[in-house]
Amino acid sequence: MAAAEHAGTHGPTAGEYVQHHLHQLQMNFSFENQSQHSIVDFSVFNVDSLFYSVLLGAIGCYVMWLAARKATSGVPGRFQAAVEILSEYVETQAKGVIHNANSRKLVSPLALTVFVWIFLMNAMDMLPVDAIPTLWHSAGPALGFDNYMRIVPTADLATTLGMSVSVLLICIFYNIKIKGLGGWAHELVAAPFGDNIFLYPINFLMQMIEFAAKTVSHGMRLFGNMFAGELIFMLIALMGGAWAWQFNPLAGGFWLGFGHVFAGTVWTLFHILVITLQAFIFMMLTLIYVGQAHSSH
Amino acid sequence: MENILGLVALACGLIVGLGAMGASIGIALMGGKFLEASARQPELMNELQVKMFILAGLIDAAYLIGVAIALLFAFAKPFAV
Repeated sequence: MAAAEHAGTHGPTAGEYVQHHLHQLQMNFSFENQSQHSIVDFSVFNVDSLFYSVLLGAIGCYVMWLAARKATSGVPGRFQAAVEILSEYVETQAKGVIHNANSRKLVSPLALTVFVWIFLMNAMDMLPVDAIPTLWHSAGPALGFDNYMRIVPTADLATTLGMSVSVLLICIFYNIKIKGLGGWAHELVAAPFGDNIFLYPINFLMQMIEFAAKTVSHGMRLFGNMFAGELIFMLIALMGGAWAWQFNPLAGGFWLGFGHVFAGTVWTLFHILVITLQAFIFMMLTLIYVGQAHSSH
Repeated sequence: MENILGLVALACGLIVGLGAMGASIGIALMGGKFLEASARQPELMNELQVKMFILAGLIDAAYLIGVAIALLFAFAKPFAV
């Protein structure tokens, strides 16, 4: 809707609206406003993604802690039952993939955390695209920040790749813990094609490609889904914005308002499936990758 | 300039169209096999359903990443400098 509000004063085009909404609130390490200059820029961090991901992580932990604190061994309430169903489901999935009970003590809670956290971050997509950015528009610049605000942390490649790299580190940790440093080093050079001195370079190259591809696709998959979803919500908001700007029900733009409500409803309903599915897939792939670290070739 | 815009528009159409084609074929093959398998062994249905949803998400992801890139080209115009 902000498109319509802006339209009266300085009138951004559709492209400018989308570009503005895809800009992260960025700062460098001396807490000055700064935008990134290239695709990979380690001198800035995304304040909005950090803020919302930490906030949602804290909320998720608090809700789970509430359920655990009030847990009774008698007849559980609805809330406790729901949390129990969720954690038991995750535990069942973990049991199917990781056959080491000692590792599951760490990995099952990790998978549950990943699922709840990613689900909450994805669910920020369900809020109206312009609601919080418009509030920020009136508060942020007054506090000395740039007028940018993106509220879906998983629609930021930095967040998702950070999480997939963390999963990679856990995989490497379990590779070394289960197989020993020597065993893992031997697997790195002897695994897919066989234990032959001439095949060592090829095997090592294949292993490196496998690790890189796993990690990048793990992060890119979540990012791509959320980014596409956010962008489509913006385009739907633009339809309503164009309709409100014309504000003549008899003009050709009348159907834009109808399309806004219709497409918004359909896409939101479909998106409920997508956010849950993507959180579930991220969790399952975390379990599968850690499970692969346990199996020796 | 107009030339670049036209080529970008064509590229967006190709990205979305070919991506949708691939994803549809993938989902169709997998869904058909899932129905076939659960007709043969109905007791495996729940187990297979979980795996089917994972695979549906994996198949869908490549297409949705393509859609995101196409929309970025269409609206954020990274090439129109």
